[in-house]
Amino acid sequence: MTIVVVMEQVPDVVEELAIAPSGTDLDRDAVSYVVNEYDDHALEEALLLAEATGDEVVAVGIDTTGELDQALYTALAKGARRAIKLTGDFEGTWLSTRAAARLLVPVIQELEPRLVLTGVQAPDDLDGQLAPTLAALLGWPHASVVIGSQLVDGAVQVRKELWGGMTMTLELELPAVLGVQAARQAPRYVPISRVRQVMREASIETRDVETPGDLAPAIMRLRFPEEAGQAEILTGSASEIADRIIELLRARGLL
Amino acid sequence: MDPKLQKVAEVWERDTAIVEGVDISGPWNRMFGQRVIWDYTPDLIEEIAQLPGGESFAWCYQCGKCVPVCPVDVVGDYGPRKLYRRAQTGINLLDSPDLWLCTTCANCLRVCPKLVDMVQIMPAAREHAMLTGRAIPAELQEALENTAKYGNPLGQPARKREAWVKDAGVPVPILHQIQRPVEWLWWVECYPSYHPRGIDASIALARIFNALGLDFAILGREEKCAGDSQRLAGERGLFEMLAEENIRTLSKYEFQHIVVTDPHALNAFRKHYPKLGGQYDVWHYTTLLARELPKLQPLLTKSLPYRVTFHDPCYLGRHNGEYDAPRQLIQALPGVEFVEMLRCRENSYCCGGGGGGMWLDSFAAGHQRRRLSEERVLEAVSTGADTLVVCCPYEVSRFEDAAKSTGVEGRLRVRDIAELLAEAMGLIGEGAA
Amino acid sequence: MAQRIAVLVEHLEGQPTDVTFELLGLARRIANTNGAPVEALLFGQGVRHLAETIPADRVVLVEDPRLRYLTPEATAVTLAALLRADPPRLALIPNTSLGMDVAAWVAAALDWPLIAYCEGLEARDGQLVATAQLFGGKILADVRIDDRPTVISALAGAFAADAMQPEPPGTIERRDPPSELAALHTRSVVLERPEAADVDITRAEKIVAVGRGIESKDNLELAEQLAQALGAVLAASRPLVDAGWLPRSRQVGKSGLKVKPKLYFALGISGAPEHLEGMKDAELIIAVNKDPKAPIFSVADYGVVADLFEVAEALLERLEG
Repeated sequence: MTIVVVMEQVPDVVEELAIAPSGTDLDRDAVSYVVNEYDDHALEEALLLAEATGDEVVAVGIDTTGELDQALYTALAKGARRAIKLTGDFEGTWLSTRAAARLLVPVIQELEPRLVLTGVQAPDDLDGQLAPTLAALLGWPHASVVIGSQLVDGAVQVRKELWGGMTMTLELELPAVLGVQAARQAPRYVPISRVRQVMREASIETRDVETPGDLAPAIMRLRFPEEAGQAEILTGSASEIADRIIELLRARGLL
Repeated sequence: MDPKLQKVAEVWERDTAIVEGVDISGPWNRMFGQRVIWDYTPDLIEEIAQLPGGESFAWCYQCGKCVPVCPVDVVGDYGPRKLYRRAQTGINLLDSPDLWLCTTCANCLRVCPKLVDMVQIMPAAREHAMLTGRAIPAELQEALENTAKYGNPLGQPARKREAWVKDAGVPVPILHQIQRPVEWLWWVECYPSYHPRGIDASIALARIFNALGLDFAILGREEKCAGDSQRLAGERGLFEMLAEENIRTLSKYEFQHIVVTDPHALNAFRKHYPKLGGQYDVWHYTTLLARELPKLQPLLTKSLPYRVTFHDPCYLGRHNGEYDAPRQLIQALPGVEFVEMLRCRENSYCCGGGGGGMWLDSFAAGHQRRRLSEERVLEAVSTGADTLVVCCPYEVSRFEDAAKSTGVEGRLRVRDIAELLAEAMGLIGEGAA
Repeated sequence: MAQRIAVLVEHLEGQPTDVTFELLGLARRIANTNGAPVEALLFGQGVRHLAETIPADRVVLVEDPRLRYLTPEATAVTLAALLRADPPRLALIPNTSLGMDVAAWVAAALDWPLIAYCEGLEARDGQLVATAQLFGGKILADVRIDDRPTVISALAGAFAADAMQPEPPGTIERRDPPSELAALHTRSVVLERPEAADVDITRAEKIVAVGRGIESKDNLELAEQLAQALGAVLAASRPLVDAGWLPRSRQVGKSGLKVKPKLYFALGISGAPEHLEGMKDAELIIAVNKDPKAPIFSVADYGVVADLFEVAEALLERLEG
């Protein structure tokens, strides 16, 4: 049986980001892309599930950057059996979650997986998270903020993190969609020599897909938050400073 | 049973046993027999020895010369002889924390009569462990992933690699900007580009190069980690990827020699880049500055009232044979009193950062009485020195942390040779121009 | 479409969560500009009494055993059914673990626009504009809300719960559970509390972290007191953990744990890069250090250059007094 992992590349927020002259997108020439860190966890969780059950993991991604191959080869090197890349006119654009989900649904339906896993969120999913969007379009049950899962007799048992360490354990009938926050264990390391070997021996299936209509969210403008990154220095006597700190905490609902 | 053993077995632990007229009755007679390890197989040794690079693991004949010179054994329980013996008795190196504790300092190889070479065994065994899906320590994994993603183990943006230049206070030409041939390509490396204390030394060195009128430039954001320590940590593929990219970048520019800050880069360029097609004339900066001493000496005008000792970097000394240049530079510093530590030169101790140890700090600390860096700063303090001089970018932060954690922080400063030279030249510190 | 603003009431173990009141406050402020009603959507089982405490013009109450927990599927289908039957202007849903499951699902099922990670929402020149936090908080996006009913998934802590008095609701309307609840694919649900034995600093909302500036082990008591008074857990930089003053499970930084709390209160931490790597993503960082050049100030939102003991004691006095 099949477990699909949806992986996407996102702008690396470690790097300095620049806003394009249009004001409605990042300066894509200055962006470097990385695999969405939560997608790495989704892949790990899928591999752990598959190792327990003998399922086949298929990594699927939409190539919005022209650089998705590396991520898919890495997934293959880690243990995915197949990798499928969707290509189209959207390279270099900001694909909305809804549009991405519409591209993915037919591929997922064709693969007939019993489980779809993807990262709980992405740095650029302005119109919401992929997992619940896919679930709605597929008509399958779902859970997000998943921190562990287990396949049991026709269902998947998932642990969903709430807050303050509370968790909710749910049993979803299959097929189901999971938005993974953290795999049960840290994503495994695969040495580059293995990735390079996979690049020589394995291949990525490519599907050309129709560009969906609604590509970008209706952004008026992007801007940088006001804090410049340097601390505002609080001055005065210890008691004045303490007052100010308490005021700050109150204002943010932290007291 | 082997017929040779038959005779012994016959008398073992008998109440009455007389062999060639001598009465050796009793259980203690076992000492006369040869212990045959029929409980164990050589499989675990073979598994390592069959790896390319791992062959010499099997050559160990248990003489034990390596153990007293092993810096890890000083603070723990280590050495090639012990690893061999453990493998013989069923402990799989590939699954043991031992796999990650060797710093590839090469002091064992120096004394080994059989040339058991941990510098080759360790990367081979570690790569094998990775390829067979064994988990690696999380700190190391992060450093390797960072290196693959960003070209440096710190996970810093590639573009920021040249950011320190604006604080140098002197021109630091960057090749992609100047587009002209230079005599010296300065390979700055990661920690000297990103780590605050590494940057201190880079700024000092940049000022010295300027004062000497050296025709140099750096690669800046185009430079990626030379990758030697990643290779030794088991990531040969990552090393090759970095080397290929670096060689490609270097091929775009004209220069005569490379000067490196980092002995690990020196090692990579000298011994491993040539195999991948990168042939360069590479110098460590201490070697270059020692050659320039006639020009440098008159500039060393400020007397430094320090009692200093010097830590030989493993990858400068034992691995690349440079012991004298740093000492010549230290002795050229006016006012400085130089004392050697007991473990110095060929028998120098190790800071613990090599062979991937830089990214296994907490892991290693969990398997040792104290860190290697802590052992070393205590040795430095015992000489009465107030300054520990280093010339490898791993060492400043390692030794400064160690001075803090051993409580000798107020008694021992850690300085890169470049910092002391620049200070004596009046280029940094009080009254710097 | 009505001008009504609908808010999903998030509750757990018999208590509406703080973010619910923040969203009701936000809804009220938007509604005040055009006199639109605020409607709270309360789903659950045996939650009628909660309806009394919800400050809204109308509380729509759906009770059903299958809604006992706000599970993703049951909540989403119920919400979608209500919204589909009578679309509001805006549907506000918290961008929390529970809300995240619902907002995108409902918006996709109804084919409505959704703006997630919303940290600002206001009427400008008669137009509603939402501000979303993207790219790890490094970029803000101002998004125009068009005429269609729109789902807003709003960040917790971004909006004030408001001075609005928690008056009893205008009306409480009970609705029948939608038929979709009959065909759920979610089986069992169990809630688990964290084990009290071990503190998990990676999950703490507030952290008081101490560094070498604390000077001696005895002084940890003061930090621990301050942490307790703030409702925070105590963490430390590497040197203190190395010294054995605190267990490894409390170490923040590269070789320790990465934390992302709402408050990181750093006492006497200079901020080695290895430490900063582990905490720089905290939402609010306040740092106290004697050294004005301490690198911690480069990531802190607020800095105090002072003796940490004086500041900690002054704070304790106020928090406990």
